[in-house]
Amino acid sequence: MDRIPILRMGRLLLVTIQIDLYDRLATNLETDLVQMVNKTEAKGVLIDISALSIVDSFMGRILGNIGSMSKIMDAETVVVGMQPAVAITLIELGLELKGVHTALNVEKGMELLKEKIGNYDEDLTEDDEDSTE
Amino acid sequence: MKIVLNKDRMLIEREQDVILFRNRVKEYAVKIGMSLVNQTKLITAASELVRNMLKYANGGMVLIEVLSQGRDSGIRLVFTDKGPGIKDIALAMKDGYSTGKSLGIGLPGTKRLVNEFDIKSTVGEGTTVSIIKWKNG
Repeated sequence: MDRIPILRMGRLLLVTIQIDLYDRLATNLETDLVQMVNKTEAKGVLIDISALSIVDSFMGRILGNIGSMSKIMDAETVVVGMQPAVAITLIELGLELKGVHTALNVEKGMELLKEKIGNYDEDLTEDDEDSTE
Repeated sequence: MKIVLNKDRMLIEREQDVILFRNRVKEYAVKIGMSLVNQTKLITAASELVRNMLKYANGGMVLIEVLSQGRDSGIRLVFTDKGPGIKDIALAMKDGYSTGKSLGIGLPGTKRLVNEFDIKSTVGEGTTVSIIKWKNG
């Protein structure tokens, strides 16, 4: 079955959506991501939608759900790379993407996540030291 | 007066058809030189309506027409299904109302995205939604 790959980077999960998602693919991504947050104890989720030419109310709801579900699992979600035409359309449609943070691009999104979850690199090395002692 | 320049029909039966349909609409929108923002609005509106059709009526038929009116050109999409129909259209057009488990922004939101929006429905027979997006609208 088709799946959107989820990459793990330290305590972050990265997802790049590069194709227009049909419904099953989007709902799969939602469950996969929440399970990955649980399994990897991720503190942040970054979703790159720069390749999406359309975000309709269904896709908007999926993004919102991912944000709220991750929040309950103690992880922050940032959606990055939205195209201007998509942003205009979303607001006119009446979708505000509540529950997720947004950033202009991947780089700014990473900065925002690091700010939100503290300096995770330090935490990670501390944990490593603890475990070796 | 609206002149129909081109007609195309597409059957919607499965959720995968949504993507194919959106691509088809995009092709026509690009062909008449619609701006990216208007393209995005039209395709999003189309996506909402086609999703409704699948959800409530298990699919249906979409007519894609290229229109010309004076100096402007545009695209008309007519969604026809043989679903249960809508009892109270005024209520369905209200923001935040939904009989399904959705946000209830589909119909009113869609109306905001296009230039012309028309909905007719008979309970037990089906629903027809027609939208027009002008190239420079």
